[in-house]
Amino acid sequence: MNFKLKVWRQKDPKTKGKLVAYEATDVSPNMSFLEMLDVVNERLVARGEEPIAFDSDCREGICGTCSLTINGEAHGPDHPGAACEVYMRRFKDSATIVVEPFRAKPFPLIKDLVVDRGALDRIVQAGGFISARAGSAPEANSTLVPKHEADRAMEAAACIGCGACAAACPNASAMLFTAAKVSHLAFLPQGQPERTSRVLKMVTAMDAEGFGNCTNTYECEAVCPAQISASLIAKLNREYAIASLRRNAGE
Amino acid sequence: MIGGLDSKIPSGPLAQKWTQHKDHARLVSPNNRRKFEIIVVGSGLAGGSAAATLGELGYNVKCFCYQDSPRRAHSIAAQGGINAAKNYQNDGDSVFRLFYDTIKGGDFRAREANVYRLAEVSNLIIDQCVEQGVPFAREYGGLLANRSFGGAQVSRTFYARGQTGQQLLLGAYQALCRQIAAGTVEMFPQTEMLDLVLVDGHAKGIITRSLVTGKIEAHAGDAVVLATGGYGNVFYLSTNARGCNVTATYRAYKKGALFANPCYTQIHPTCIPVSGTHQSKLTLMSESLRNDGRVWVPKKPGDKRPPKQIPEDERDYYLERKYPSFGNLAPRDISSRSAKEVCDEGRGVGESGRGVYLDFADAIARLGEKTIHERYGNLFHIYEKITGENAYERPMRIYPAVHYTMGGLWVDYNLMSNVPGLHVIGEANFSDHGANRLGASALMQGLADGYFVLPYTLPVYLAPQIGKRPSPDHPEFRKAEGEVRARTEKLLAINGKRSVDSFHRELGLLLWDKCGMARNAAGLREAIGRIPGLREEFWRDVRVPGDGEEFNQSLERGGRVADFLEFAELMCTDALTRDESCGGHFREEHQTPDGEALRDDENFADVFAWEYQGNGSVAAPKLHREPLVFETVQLTQRNYK
Repeated sequence: MNFKLKVWRQKDPKTKGKLVAYEATDVSPNMSFLEMLDVVNERLVARGEEPIAFDSDCREGICGTCSLTINGEAHGPDHPGAACEVYMRRFKDSATIVVEPFRAKPFPLIKDLVVDRGALDRIVQAGGFISARAGSAPEANSTLVPKHEADRAMEAAACIGCGACAAACPNASAMLFTAAKVSHLAFLPQGQPERTSRVLKMVTAMDAEGFGNCTNTYECEAVCPAQISASLIAKLNREYAIASLRRNAGE
Repeated sequence: MIGGLDSKIPSGPLAQKWTQHKDHARLVSPNNRRKFEIIVVGSGLAGGSAAATLGELGYNVKCFCYQDSPRRAHSIAAQGGINAAKNYQNDGDSVFRLFYDTIKGGDFRAREANVYRLAEVSNLIIDQCVEQGVPFAREYGGLLANRSFGGAQVSRTFYARGQTGQQLLLGAYQALCRQIAAGTVEMFPQTEMLDLVLVDGHAKGIITRSLVTGKIEAHAGDAVVLATGGYGNVFYLSTNARGCNVTATYRAYKKGALFANPCYTQIHPTCIPVSGTHQSKLTLMSESLRNDGRVWVPKKPGDKRPPKQIPEDERDYYLERKYPSFGNLAPRDISSRSAKEVCDEGRGVGESGRGVYLDFADAIARLGEKTIHERYGNLFHIYEKITGENAYERPMRIYPAVHYTMGGLWVDYNLMSNVPGLHVIGEANFSDHGANRLGASALMQGLADGYFVLPYTLPVYLAPQIGKRPSPDHPEFRKAEGEVRARTEKLLAINGKRSVDSFHRELGLLLWDKCGMARNAAGLREAIGRIPGLREEFWRDVRVPGDGEEFNQSLERGGRVADFLEFAELMCTDALTRDESCGGHFREEHQTPDGEALRDDENFADVFAWEYQGNGSVAAPKLHREPLVFETVQLTQRNYK
């Protein structure tokens, strides 16, 4: 297979970036999209040019490092899945493919296709945890968790923290990311003591990072590699409303 | 002292050693803890849990990782589960059994005392993780569920779908985030350790390079903890993440830390086969699949019929045939070698002929597709993405791939290396898995070290070190910083013709061929003969574009591959010197009549710990041997039949 690529190249945050055309020739349909970029980079290096910078690590869809917008879609055409799980057999031969970074104001660009997603870590640092000091935990089976609740918690906890939700959202909202963590911990009995303060702190941090609000476009759900349901955003709103009432009532 | 190496194993009965050790170990009082700075390199299950726990205790921690977030450390990719001796299934499990299975699974090449401690704290880990909100699988009554894993006859594995590593890591990450917010841990993402700094023989700091700006910095601490994972990527193709590397542990080795058992590498039996020369990594299909999947190949060599057209009596369920009592859940090393054997006989499946079937047809007929989907849905999904095949309809094709490395820096019972102050935890050390790791034990060890061992053993070193932290302006830091800078500049200045990856691939192929699933003296000698040439060519002809003061992925990889090119020789030297077969180290010269690994306990019931000889010379490291003393278990040939 052969492809025409248009790849976002930007030396650093200060330099202006642009789309640059490359040819990807002799591509096997069994290559992953990132392996195709590896091959393009090998050829660039052989010609004495700078390879395209892009992020990836596990290359099996779980670490959340890869962060490409392919033909305008966060993580490309093969949903649900991360960009590293897109295989070239998904594209028509001799197609033109546009490759850009995840774009959202709270994700400043580092180089080419690499962005800084530290904002997501800071949302978790604000309260996305259960305060359980090592050594202090009770016997694991002393608290029963109905299977149904455990399953719902697991579904929310499956978020890989890639930030595609914010990149796909016209408002650069990180509501789906935040909702997933708030819900995961709210579904579990262990998460109850900090339930109120957690959601208030995380939403405040989310706003402070410059993420926008949800206007129900569902782009986040459509691109989410972990299939986090947008219904959790409604749950986040409920959690937040109840927590605000409690706070205002001085509880 | 044992053989020149003091393992500091406490005296007393096996089951009492850890308790007695804790009872008498030195402590650092709460108001003194804040006077210490601890450097933790790595943020996976071991590093993340250690950094969080030390922060909770009140130490000042600096935690470094190469990833852009600590949540992305490669522990996240572990799928199947975590072992603990809870005996929730009432099937006869106990701390002793978990200990025994782990020692036996490791082919009697691990320390009894370390493994017993691991089994002992395993139950605390489950308690801790549940309390953190790890959504483990549950039964309808709300109790925790378990499944079986290789090398055990009890159900002791706790799991969160096929994403157990992810959920455990997120638990540790969230605990770490809490400490970052509390100010006890300072996090340095996208920061790579490029050297260890010794002051008066003690590990007192590291030199790092920011992967974003290229800035090289010195960090001083009272102790250094390496939690930098394994070296599986020396093979280029492995199930490890692309960034996993040996640099931190190899740099420590070059500063005097002993590297133990580097030839012990684990080849995981259930991975998706290689599909072409472009391949950048291999993907694991969790061992948990072997609970319900049956492994088979055609009986007839060269049988290219589609699997469904091969009748039952023309299939060879070779694991069930050879190991009736463990069947498809035989340990990893044994399952891997069996797959290689049947493929060597020409009975492999798929285009390359390097693959065997993992068939769920029976399980789907027995349990229904829905149950199989619930248990393994995400794995079937990954499989379909990569191969384009639906494993509900046709059997998966699998083949062994490099997955984990049991070798690592030598540590004593306190998890401290022979370099005072340098502690090594998780996959980066050598201590608990012997010559083969059982499934669901890596997560257990990483979290055991970080949550429940290091927090007790670190004070043994720290207590007398109060006030001894050097300034990062100390001449030793300046010197190490200069060396790191010079090496970076050297890599950039070569400007040759070959890419970093081309060298890495070539090295990987050589090692897979000569030091992979089966090894022999002639092949290992050949590899040891060829690696120096490849290394020399690297330093003459590699091309690392860009410069050092910027985000430069070629430079990152260049430095890591340069270290792999040296480390590979150490690994082959160890494999050649260990003139026996044990666990994952299978020397073709040493096998039983039916092809099982044949140990030589008389001569090799030792840890091999290698000492760098200095002066930039890679060859001929000095061998130290720590005899393994078995007071409780009897050494037997492993029998899974």
